[in-house]
Amino acid sequence: MSTRKPYVRPMAGWWLKNPVYVRYILRESTAVFVGIYAVILLVGLLRLSSGEAAWNNWLIAMQSPGAILFHVVAMGAAVYHSVTWFSVAPKVMPPLMFNGEKVPVAKIVAGQYIFAGIIYLVLLGLILWG
Amino acid sequence: MTSNDKIIEIEVLRYRPEQDEKPFLQSFKVPFTDDQSVLQGVQYIKDYLDGSLSFRWSCRMAICGSCGMMINGVPKLSCKTFLREYYPGKITLEALKHFPIEKDLIIDLSDFINKLESIKPYIIPAAPRTLEQGEYLQTPRQLDRIAQFSSCINCMLCYAACPQYGLKPDYLGPAAITLLHRYNEDNRDAAKAERMQLLNAHEGVWGCTLVGYCSDVCPKDVDPAAAINRNKLNSTMDYFLRFVAPRGGN
Repeated sequence: MSTRKPYVRPMAGWWLKNPVYVRYILRESTAVFVGIYAVILLVGLLRLSSGEAAWNNWLIAMQSPGAILFHVVAMGAAVYHSVTWFSVAPKVMPPLMFNGEKVPVAKIVAGQYIFAGIIYLVLLGLILWG
Repeated sequence: MTSNDKIIEIEVLRYRPEQDEKPFLQSFKVPFTDDQSVLQGVQYIKDYLDGSLSFRWSCRMAICGSCGMMINGVPKLSCKTFLREYYPGKITLEALKHFPIEKDLIIDLSDFINKLESIKPYIIPAAPRTLEQGEYLQTPRQLDRIAQFSSCINCMLCYAACPQYGLKPDYLGPAAITLLHRYNEDNRDAAKAERMQLLNAHEGVWGCTLVGYCSDVCPKDVDPAAAINRNKLNSTMDYFLRFVAPRGGN
């Protein structure tokens, strides 16, 4: 008779047991803030379509300390998400070849920061002088 | 053992199916020198302190993939990890996470073996060549596409690192998907369409949420996370191409 009795360990609380998992859950939770931010923007669009008074009230609401605090937190969440995304992007895309050689991961990651930087500068230029 | 040996505490999660309802920690004091691996520490316990301690090992040089275990919560090959890295702290050893414990540090790996078999990890040519026709040819550049992914030694550290596998045991998992990718990308193989069905399934690439820890713990720098996530693109293409191409784009 077999005396086998394999023991299956429980998974409860797994994401707190390793700093890598904690950072993973943090990365995934940033979606909540980005989602709420998108809803706020949509509400802003609705207010804009309802007329000048509604739009101005929405603008005033956005200047409340609570709204500003939320936007700072949401900004932090979005930046954290972008940093984690830039670092894993080379794993998601097919290997990038240049002159028959694989482009090193570090160069792909750096390229994304440069590309993002250029976009921010162009946007800033459009806002200031556009 | 000489007088100038240092002593390190090694705690082992024991589980003896005949006697124990659940695992428990047992502590040992192990003398060691700076050139000794964690595997050698465990062997010392078995030889001199408690002969009933069970664990797997074979080559002692990071190529057989047998001696993987959780070392202070991190999946590592015990032959490739040194006791000195943890001294003067203590070491806690546990069987690889997410697998059932058979006994002490030994896991039941039948689930992984079944998955490995299911992906057909061998070349299935379109037209088999006879001995007279010679070997299947491959250029260095074609080899380069798969070389990294063919370095897998089936040590299962990536499964112990993957919480998705722990939560959903049906998930095909990092090593099996990586080897699937290795054969799909091989110019001598023609069974891609068959393997894509495993990849496209809910238990295939879509079980992955890119925790990415599998690639961190891989002792052979195989980067399973890259193999899996590149195939999310392949799987998406496979899905949409079936509407426009007669043979699913394969």
